[in-house]
Amino acid sequence: MAMTDTQTAPARPQADGAPVLTVRDLAVTFETPDGAVEAVRGVDFELRPGECLGIVGESGSGKSQSALAAMGLLARNGTATGRIDFLGNDMLAASDRELLKIRGNDMSMIFQDPLTSLTPQLRIGQQMREVLEIHRKLPRKEADRICIEWLEKVRIPEAERRLRQYPHELSGGMRQRVMIAMAMLCGPRLLFADEPTTALDVTVQAQVLDLMDDLKRDTGTAIALITHDMGVVARMCDRIIVMRHGRVVEAGTAEEIFGNPQHDYTKILLDAVPRIDKVKRSGKGEIDIDAGRGEEPLLKVRDLNVHFDVRMRGGLFGTTRKLRAVDGVSFDLRRGETLGVVGESGCGKSTLARGVLNLIPPTGGTVAWLGRNIAGSDRQQMKALRKDLQIVFQDPLASLDPRMTIGASIAEPLQVHTPEMRGAERAAKVREMLNRVGLDPAMINRYPHELSGGQNQRVGIARAVITRPKLVICDEAVSALDVSVQAQVVDLLIELQKTMGLTMMFISHDLSVVREVSHRVMVLYLGRVVELAGRDAIYTDARHPYTKALIAAVPVPDPERERARERVRLSGDLPSPLDTRAPLRFLKSVVKDDPVAEQYRPKLVEVAPEHFVAEHDPGLGSEGLRA
Amino acid sequence: MFAYIVRRLAVAVPTLLFLVVFSFVLMFAAPGGPFNSERPLPPQIMANIEARYGLDQPYWKQMWDYVVAVVTQFDFGPSFQYRDRTVNDIIAQGFPVTLTYGLWSAIVAVIFGVALGVVAAIRQNSWVDYTAVGISIGAQALPNFVMGPILVLVFTLWLGLLPGGGWYGGQWQYVILPVVALSTSYMASIARITRSSMLETLNSNFIRTAKAKGLPMRRVIVRHALKPALLPVLSYLGPAVVGMITGSVVVDVIFSTGGIGQFFVNSAFNRDYAVIMGITILVGALTITFNLIVDILYAWIDPRIRY
Repeated sequence: MAMTDTQTAPARPQADGAPVLTVRDLAVTFETPDGAVEAVRGVDFELRPGECLGIVGESGSGKSQSALAAMGLLARNGTATGRIDFLGNDMLAASDRELLKIRGNDMSMIFQDPLTSLTPQLRIGQQMREVLEIHRKLPRKEADRICIEWLEKVRIPEAERRLRQYPHELSGGMRQRVMIAMAMLCGPRLLFADEPTTALDVTVQAQVLDLMDDLKRDTGTAIALITHDMGVVARMCDRIIVMRHGRVVEAGTAEEIFGNPQHDYTKILLDAVPRIDKVKRSGKGEIDIDAGRGEEPLLKVRDLNVHFDVRMRGGLFGTTRKLRAVDGVSFDLRRGETLGVVGESGCGKSTLARGVLNLIPPTGGTVAWLGRNIAGSDRQQMKALRKDLQIVFQDPLASLDPRMTIGASIAEPLQVHTPEMRGAERAAKVREMLNRVGLDPAMINRYPHELSGGQNQRVGIARAVITRPKLVICDEAVSALDVSVQAQVVDLLIELQKTMGLTMMFISHDLSVVREVSHRVMVLYLGRVVELAGRDAIYTDARHPYTKALIAAVPVPDPERERARERVRLSGDLPSPLDTRAPLRFLKSVVKDDPVAEQYRPKLVEVAPEHFVAEHDPGLGSEGLRA
Repeated sequence: MFAYIVRRLAVAVPTLLFLVVFSFVLMFAAPGGPFNSERPLPPQIMANIEARYGLDQPYWKQMWDYVVAVVTQFDFGPSFQYRDRTVNDIIAQGFPVTLTYGLWSAIVAVIFGVALGVVAAIRQNSWVDYTAVGISIGAQALPNFVMGPILVLVFTLWLGLLPGGGWYGGQWQYVILPVVALSTSYMASIARITRSSMLETLNSNFIRTAKAKGLPMRRVIVRHALKPALLPVLSYLGPAVVGMITGSVVVDVIFSTGGIGQFFVNSAFNRDYAVIMGITILVGALTITFNLIVDILYAWIDPRIRY
């Protein structure tokens, strides 16, 4: 990094401890066709070298806009007032030229979605190199050397080759690391990280957070971490400001905020956060832990397979390979219980849900519903069954028809399944259901875009349960919601389960939420079950190394505990599901070294009553297990 | 990539065959023939003529002979209407003309269309934007049979700068007005497509990243935004370029260029089967070729696309 000192940056090192960034009374207003919108209304904070400041709040709290204002990157219709002082530069008064010199040089920023934040048409090297060309006027060779150096620092293997690759050839976690490397190239004094790990899987999130923590320590770069995730904040931040409706409601050290929150909103926020280390539902409905015990299962899934043919390049007409999205999954579901299904993206959670409901026809295995196999049923048979089998999707707005009133959307299943019902009776049912899910029945004629995300998800739930189904599958049903809203929707689901006797499959990548709602938990890895057990057994006595790593990767919203925790780490990325060797990552001793060969299928072993673990090799952070 | 091109060309053969069969069926389905006229010919002469052109054969035989001649000798047969000329002659005479002013039109349309669209997008909701949008709406609303006479009126009759028609081997002063008349509406479409896709691109996350790196706006546009913004323009260009280089009747007639467009329409009126078939196959082959070129360019611009 000798090179980085040879430039002419504005006023470099200041006395240690003097703030790098001081924000005073910042306000941001957007001119919109509907009038002025005040996104930020008087925010103060400062950042010192080597410090990590958490800027916490839910969507619309103005946390991202504050950072963009500091970068001089507000949208064209936005204006910022107040004062932002960065190393002696008045950022709000600075000319465009001065801002260009600072951005990407002394102050840089990484964004939420690494998949869309790199230009798809340019090579990694081209995108990184240009930062050094612009700010340092370095020749190409020298620039390449620094790029490789930084790619290695962010622990990207084969750094030199990466420079010639395009973004789509890298995984999400790798791309976010490239973003970080790119932001760090000129040795910035301040790094804004706007939800840097929100789009990443937990194990990858853990790697990226570790990396940012190391960089902060090694380089003294101040980090402003913008996030809604209290666990991430607890792990990373020295000081925290909590924002709501464009104002700072509380500021303090991490210990103060978590240990002794003063403002009501902070308390609500902390209270709403589900925790991986314990079930904490103070004063709210808990699941009935004995539900379904000893009863005959409603749903018996045996050796379910959903395989897709994927076209590969090569040869004149290409070849096809089998993608085993769901590969031999078996489980039971008892009346009134919730089975949590967890795993990282690409592990087949959603495909499993669709396979069970025959939305995607399974390619093998049986799904016995009330003793009758429904896998491969035709449309007519399925139509009758859909009354009992319902699903709630992830994106509440996208899964409702924008041109139908919410009342019409909720009533539609009734029209299909009970066509004899009269209109007035149906409307009465819809109103009753709206009431039930916590919405004002007067909203019956509203359209989805007029409602918030949480309200729309309540509509989605109302639509799913109005036919009084026996089984409801929630596919990431609360993942897109802010924590406080998420907590309310979870409450609603638990309440509906208890009053209507619903059986649920709760699919989520968020292990903390799953802990709150599930009776039993099933962990999937590349289409296969690696562990299936009661919820307490999973969270306190995980046996499979993958389960352990997943649980260890989830940050706990408690700074002291979080920093003291030991971690089981998985390095690298999730392997390609097309490689048949991949699912045997934890049982390497039997792998045939051929990416297309039929491989051994690890068996599930019952290590304790009702606690099933897939076979795995010893010495992977846990005792080995072979059938 | 090579395998992909081979595969695409392999598919092109049955596509063209289908085109031949389909056009044949359509022509035979239409009443009348090339030698019907208001004063009917004596039956003996009619039979002689039909025998000479093979029209007395069954349809499938005519179709078969035609395909064989095209495939083996690249012979599209004699014209029915222009008695002493073959279809190959007509295409050889007319196609270079339309190809010349068509290619120039394509170049003009792309350069001005893209420039107008990019400028409008960068200065969204400013007077620059409104002017650009105004120009493109106006240009699109003005059909070329109106545009042509206006151009002749202004540049030939009033200003006396350019000739109002003729071709003369494609000397530049004879090419300008046909090119302007033909390219204007295409330019307008390209400008509108470029503007909307550029606006969308400028709102994307990677542009925000590029700005956060401290790149000057010019570099952000040229290096990061232009390629993705031009992808939709590219898909439009496939059929558009074919449309331009196969010419337009209106331009051919107004400027008396002798291009292929007017032969196509005349032969349709006169049921000159051979000319219709020849030009149909030409347009079909060009369409297939240009769509393939577009797809190859697509993969070249966007590395995510691999065939």
